[in-house]
Order: sequence, then C-alpha cells, then structure tokens
Amino acid sequence: MFRRHMMTLAVSAVALAVTTGFAAAQDTLKIGASAPKTGPLAGGAAVTHWPNVKLWIQDVNNRGGLKVGNKQMKLELVEYDDKTSGEEAVKNIQRLATVDKVDFIVTPYSTGLNVATAPLIARYGYPHITTSAATDNVAEFAKRWPNSFWLLGTSKQLAEGVADALVKLRNSGAIGKRVALVNVADAFGLELLNAGKPALQKAGFDIVYEASYPLGTQDVAPIISAAKAANPDAFVAFSYPPDTFALTEQAQIQKFDVGAFYVGVGTAFPGYAGRFKDNANGVMGVGGINPDSKAIQEYRKKHKEVTGADPDSWASAVTYAGLQILEQAIERAGTTDKAAVIAEIKKKPFTTVVGEISLADNINHNVWSVGQWQNGSFNGVASKGVDGAKAPVKKEAWK
Amino acid sequence: METLVTGILLGGTYALIALGLTLQYGVARIMNLATGETLVAACFIAFWLFASYQVSPLWGLFIIAPIAFVINWAIYTYLLRPLVDRARNAGMLEVDSILATFGLLFLFQGLMLRSFGGAYTSYTFLAERFEIFGGFYGLNRVVAFVAACLIAVALYLFLYKTRYGTAVRAVAVNPNSANLVGIDVASAAALAFALGGALTACGGTLLSTYYTFNASMGVVFTMKALIIVIMGGVGDVRGAVLAALILGIAETAVARLIDPGLTLAATYALFTLVLLFRPQGIFGRQQT
Amino acid sequence: MTRLSSDEIRIALIGAAVVAAAATLPLFDQGYYLSLALNIVLYAALCTAWTLFSGPTHYISLATAAFFGLGTYAVALGLDYLPYPLLVIIGAAVAAILAGLVGAATLRISGVYFVIFTLGLAELVRQIVSWLQTKLSTRMGLYVFTDFTEQHIYWMLLALTVVVFVTGWLINRSRLGFAMQIIGNDETVARHVGIDTAKLKIILFMISGAFIGMAGAILAPRYAYVEPPSAFNPMISFLVVIMALLGGTRRLWGPLVGVIPFTIVMDIVSVRFPNDTSIVIGLSFLLIVYLLPDGVTGRLEQLRARMKHKRVEAEPAALKEPA
Repeated sequence: MFRRHMMTLAVSAVALAVTTGFAAAQDTLKIGASAPKTGPLAGGAAVTHWPNVKLWIQDVNNRGGLKVGNKQMKLELVEYDDKTSGEEAVKNIQRLATVDKVDFIVTPYSTGLNVATAPLIARYGYPHITTSAATDNVAEFAKRWPNSFWLLGTSKQLAEGVADALVKLRNSGAIGKRVALVNVADAFGLELLNAGKPALQKAGFDIVYEASYPLGTQDVAPIISAAKAANPDAFVAFSYPPDTFALTEQAQIQKFDVGAFYVGVGTAFPGYAGRFKDNANGVMGVGGINPDSKAIQEYRKKHKEVTGADPDSWASAVTYAGLQILEQAIERAGTTDKAAVIAEIKKKPFTTVVGEISLADNINHNVWSVGQWQNGSFNGVASKGVDGAKAPVKKEAWK
Repeated sequence: METLVTGILLGGTYALIALGLTLQYGVARIMNLATGETLVAACFIAFWLFASYQVSPLWGLFIIAPIAFVINWAIYTYLLRPLVDRARNAGMLEVDSILATFGLLFLFQGLMLRSFGGAYTSYTFLAERFEIFGGFYGLNRVVAFVAACLIAVALYLFLYKTRYGTAVRAVAVNPNSANLVGIDVASAAALAFALGGALTACGGTLLSTYYTFNASMGVVFTMKALIIVIMGGVGDVRGAVLAALILGIAETAVARLIDPGLTLAATYALFTLVLLFRPQGIFGRQQT
Repeated sequence: MTRLSSDEIRIALIGAAVVAAAATLPLFDQGYYLSLALNIVLYAALCTAWTLFSGPTHYISLATAAFFGLGTYAVALGLDYLPYPLLVIIGAAVAAILAGLVGAATLRISGVYFVIFTLGLAELVRQIVSWLQTKLSTRMGLYVFTDFTEQHIYWMLLALTVVVFVTGWLINRSRLGFAMQIIGNDETVARHVGIDTAKLKIILFMISGAFIGMAGAILAPRYAYVEPPSAFNPMISFLVVIMALLGGTRRLWGPLVGVIPFTIVMDIVSVRFPNDTSIVIGLSFLLIVYLLPDGVTGRLEQLRARMKHKRVEAEPAALKEPA
C-alpha cells in the first residue's frame, strides 16, 4: 500500500519535473550579464548599466516576453560581478557561454572591459552591442570582430563636440579665445585630449594652460589655482566622476569664474545636479539628451518608477537603446540563432528611445557629444548627426 | 604662498591619518594595516549621521570617536593580544600583526561593501570660500585643519603632561624596561591601540567633509599613514605631525610646480631618502 | 654536483607525471575549466616564485603586482617591434632590475620597512607608467593582439612553473640555498660567519622578481587590452601572499597546496556570493595567522613529527615489557 503511494508520488514528481522543465526550456530565453558591482567602476555601472538591464527585462516580461517565431519567450537573467577586472570579466563570459549556456549576452560596461571581453564574445559568436565604450578604434574593432556593434561614438566625436560648443559660445560673444585644458591621465582622458586639443586650436582657440593628473587624484586645488592664474575664458576638463566633482567644487570655492565650464564624465549623472544645485546650471559635460523627445520623457519616467533612481543623461538611454536593438533584432529574425540575429542588426534601422539607429557598418554615427545643465535638465547642446540641440548658455559666476 | 597654505592644509589632513597609527605601532607594536579601513568606516558613519539625521560631522566626532575607541580596544584585547603573547620576538609579532590586520582590512572592506555598496559617496559640508592671505580655500578644509590641530595638542598634553601619558610613552621606548619600573604594559598597549583607533576615526570624520570616498579606498590612506609614521619616527607624535606637514607641502608643490602626475613618485622619493639616510625617522632613536 | 638521492628522484618522477597529466587538460576542455586551470597554474608559478624569496627570508613581499605589471607592459609596448620570446626575457629583466633597486634600498634594514615599501610599490609603478604613457604616447591602453589561444598560454605557464620549481630546487642544493638557511635561522650568526646577507637577499629577490615578470609577460596576450590599473592590480600581490602562506612556505611545493583549493574556493565564492569575496579573503588571512602560521604543510609536518615522537616514546616501553 505504502509502496504504491510512493510509486504514484514518484511518478507524478517526475512527470511534474519533466513538464515544468520542458515548459521552462520552451518559454525562457537566458540572458547573461557581467559588469562591475564592486571595484572602481561599480559606481558608474550602478547608475548607467544595471538599472537599464533590470528595466529592460521587466519591460519585456511584462508584455509577455519576446515573440520568437511563434513562441513567446520570457527573459531570465544570469548576472555576475566582474569586479572591474578584465581577467574576472573574461572568466565570467567563459562561464556564461560554456557553463550557463546563455542565449545572449548583454554588453559589459566601460571601454576597457568591453575590449577585454570582445575577442571571447566574438569567438562564441554572440552579438555584442556595446553602449558604454567610447573609443576611436571602433572601425578597427568592427572589422576585427564583425559581431560587435558600437553605439556610444568615438572620443574624437565627443572632443570635437566640445570645440563646437565653445565656438557657438564665442560667436554669441559669451567667451573669448583663451582655454585652460586639463585631463585625467587614463585611456579615455588621453583620447579626448588628443582629439580635443587640435580641434580647439583649429577653431582658433589659444590653450593658455595645460595639465594632466593621475586617476584618483583627490587634491585638485593646485590644478584649479594654476588654471585660474592663467586667466582663461573657458575651462575644459576631460575628467572622470570623482575628479569631475572635485574640480567643480574647487572651482566654486576658489571662485574660478569663466564663461564656459566643461567637465567630462559624471556631469550627466543626476547626482551632479543634486550636489551642486544652482551652481550646476551652465556646466557642460559629456553626453546630453533631447528633453523634448517624447520617447526620452517616457523612458526617464519609467526608469524612475521601476528602479527608483533617475537615469544619467548620457549612456543610460543609449544602454537601454542597445537592449531594445537586441530585442527587436531577435524578434525580426524569428529565431534565437546568434548568427541570424547579428545579420538582422545590420540590415535595417531600429527605433529606440534615442531615436533611429542604423548599424549597417556596425557603428552608430549619430551621438550627442556635449550637454549642458539648463534649469535642471542636461540638454544636448552639440552633437554629430542628432537633431534637437539647444543653444549653449554662458556660465554665470559661482555662488 | 598659495601652494604653501594648500600644502599645510593637506598636511593637516595627513597628520590626522598618521597620529592614530603612530600610537598603535609605536606603543602597542602593532603594524595596523587596517587603519585605512577604520578611517573609511568613520567617513561612512559620518556621512550616514549627516545625511539621515543632519548631525554635523563636528558633533559626529563625539559619537564616532568613543565607538572607535571601544571597537579598537576590543580588537586589541581579543584578536591581537594572543599574537603578542605568542610572539617570541619583535620580528615575529610584526609579521603576525601585519597578517592579522591585513585580514581585518579585507574583512572590514567586505563589510563596508555589503553595507554601503561600491559607489563613490560624498556630501557637502561647509564647502564655502574662506580667505587666507588673499587666496581662497575650502572652509571645510580649514575647519578640519583647526580641529586636527586641537586634537594633536590634546594628545600632546596627554602624552607629555600626564602620568598615564608618560607611562604610554615609556612603553613606546622600551616595553621591557617599562615593565621593570612597574608599568602595566599590557593595559598601556591596549589603551594606546584604542586611542590610536579613535584618532584615526576622528581623522576619517573630518576628512569626509571634503573627500569623495568609497569602500575600497582604505589602502591608499594606510600607505600614506605608514610612510608618514616611519618618516616621523615611530611612536613620536611630534614627528608624525612634522612629517605629515612636510609630505603635504611636498606633494602640493610637486603637483603645482612640476606635474600633478608625479605626486606619488615624490612621496616615495622622500620615503626612500629617509630609509636610506635616516631610517629611524626624524625624531626616532637609532635602533640597536 | 652531488648525486640525486632516491627520494629526490621519486619526487621528480611524480612531478613529471603530474605535469604531463596537467598538460593534457586542453584536449578535454577548452572553455570554463581551462580558464580555471590556467588561473591555478598562473598562481602556482607566482606563489612558488614568491616563496623562492619570502620563504627563506620571512620577508613578506607585496611587490608581486609591480613585477607582474612590468612584464605585461614589456610585451604590450614592444609587440609591434620585437619578437615575443625576446619580450618575455625583457619583461623578466626589467622586473629583476626593479627588484634589485628595491632590495638595495630596503633589505639592509628591518623587514617591516620592506613590507611597507612593497605595499605601495605597485601603485608607484602604475603612476609612473601612466605618466610616461601620457607624456610619450597618445594613448593609455595598449592592445595586444596575437595568435596565442588559451591553450598556448596555459602550456607556457605550465612550463614556467616547472622552471621555477627546478630553479628553486637547484638553489636549495647550492651554496646560495645553504647560506639562506643559515640566514633564516639566525641572521646575526650568518653575518658573523662572513655571509653578505644583504647581497644574497637582493639576488634572491631579483630571481623571484624575474620569474614573476615572466608570468606577467606570458599573460599579456590573454588580456588583449592592457591598462595600468588592471596590469598593476594590487590584488595580485595580496592573493599570492595568502595562497603561499596558506600552503606553507617551508617547502618549495608548499604554496601549491594553498593555490589549488584557494583558487577553487574563490571561484565558487565569486559566483555564489559576488559581494563577499573580500570577506572570504579577510577570513583566510585570519585563519592563517591564528590556526596555520606555517601553512597547511607546516601543520601537517608538525602532526607527522608528533606522531613519530609518540612512536619513538612507545618503543622503549615496548622494549621494557617482556623483561
């Protein structure tokens, strides 16, 4: 009697397991993600990367999942911390590909980590849609890794945007010709400097002060005081979040008043306006959004609702756009076959929160280069190929 | 002139960091590699008090310092005393204390990462202009400097003008002889370690008013503190302060006049010079 | 040269068999497990090289990351101009030079200063390399694109580990090793006997540094993109110290005993508890200090010695019984 009950129990358990397993395999698409949760870039990833992954998965699952052929597949996320280490990131990709056997991999975060993992992602044949890598080597990378797509633009575009914005200000009489130029001594800062300096000079500006400082420098007082002593009309700093904040604070304390104040990465973070409040108005930085775009307004609202935080005004929207492209490409291809999806990404343009993006040559050529805080919104004031730029305004004196 | 004042203000910052360590290493003979983590933990607590309860960091000092005192006293008595008792000579104790405090370093860092995450944190406190001799400086830095001076003076008075402080200094000079003259070395060492921890925590609290910090930053501070302690002479409070000021001015001068990219190189150059020509530090005694 | 004892021949044969078995791994798995094995072999090479110096002298060197990074950078900088094998040698040489300089400055005084100096050394080298990159070139990151696959790097590291072991064994048998034993037991005595302790320590440090530099050079192609923060990552120094101390530094193969389990545990922890790796490292250090001061091998040898002692004690009693 007992044995018969046990048999029934066992059989039903097996049947249940088989059917749910079968059902699960049929209905879920495994998405792998490896990005910093600890280490120097954890802060940036926490603002720009992870919330968008979470938002995207939730959005897709809320509308029933992806339509792949005639199946509805929900998304399941497998996430790992790469500790901001290239070595760790490579190991994670290995694990995602060979042990977890995910269907698709979300791009890693930051230029360095994307480049470190690109060869491996290419070897496994996944589409690699990068949205947080800004580098001048995109053409070379696209050729080397035909499965890779680069959405954030090149350092050259971003740096030339600075020159464009400053020219607009000079033409409107807000500033003169003298520019103080500093940069953080790391890959991105250097690329920006090497494109930005000639661009500024070609546009007729004089570089009256130039300095570079190591990543992680806390004491930027000497840099600001030296820049101030050179009596410039504009201050341009190709900086990273910690120094972006530090330079701004020092400039405010030392009353370093210029008509144009540009600090690099981090200006677009909601925390920047939160920290400097009125003093943030007029400050320019990398990125920008089109505040009048309905798509962007909706996106920002949803982001706040679902993740509890505001997106930044540079790579956040681009990251979400990259995920939208993946989603639409899978649906267009009607299959989870990686090569077919890659082919779809190149075929036709996509509609995303940042507008229409075409990746026919693996590169997105239309990016916002410079944004400026204007009444609490970080509006795009210079771009390559994107409409909706606002006019830059002169920076008022620090309060 | 501006460079000099900025350098001095920076030196004040460094002095705070180093004062705690010089007591811990000089008296309790513990090379506390977790000192940076104590500092960063204090930064986070100060931030939390300020952000959640609007408690000014200056008042926060009176909350954080005693907590740090008790925690460090517990660490010494329960974690480090067994090592002291088991060490056969000073060399062994140093190695053991380095490894043990290294372990604490990671443990604290891990706990802070869990509690506060890996992101950069900062808050604004007194970030206004303050004029000194025609140059503008952050008021928060100036206030921190003044507070550091007050703390240093208080420490000096304790060490040089009270009986118990003199006993602590005696242990720093020679624990065996101190024992012979009837000083309770064990409790003096515990007190010194706890006091050192409290000082470091004060440093962290004041530092948090103008630095951007995150959970992984401790090691950099530990490194600078160690260099200053050795440069000033282990166990000597005046030496630590002087060495800190020298370092602050040197770093600022190099950043301003030569290249901001070489500040750490300058620090190391100074350190190497001291090691080569006066390894006992400015105020230290020649080691026998 | 003295003849090899039968014990040593036996160990050599076992070692050769293990290495041969390890070398066949890439034929079975090319993915995740090869990566894991590569990490194990990398740290085996690094920890053993580290123990070459820090074992006999008891000086804890935290300079591993500096030497490693220099090796990586030698390859990254020179790959467009020089053949790869030559760059590996250059990497080793540059690391050795740095070791010599650091040793000359710090090994003449107390060991604590050495530890502190090496703690910041990786940071210092990183800053200087970054500064040089800023001034002399237009970019910070360097791309290292070669045709080497994980397999090749795995085999190269395996070969390096063998070389490190053989070198360590040769040193132990040589006059240098003999002198180091005396220094390790009592440095004052060594000096009185006429041994130039400072010079020997520096030489040993340079040998150790050279091997670490070589490991860095071999790893360069795997990174593809080399930047100062990742090449000179201080965690490398800390992990090497933990694993070597965990295994025990009294024996040349002691670190291996620490490397294998620790790497696997760290891997599991990174996957299951990604936010808690620091805590695991911290607890490991505390474990070593309080329970395993001579590492696992040290503890095992203590137990073995105690058991032998008991047996020796029991014998006279057994002898007495019949009487």
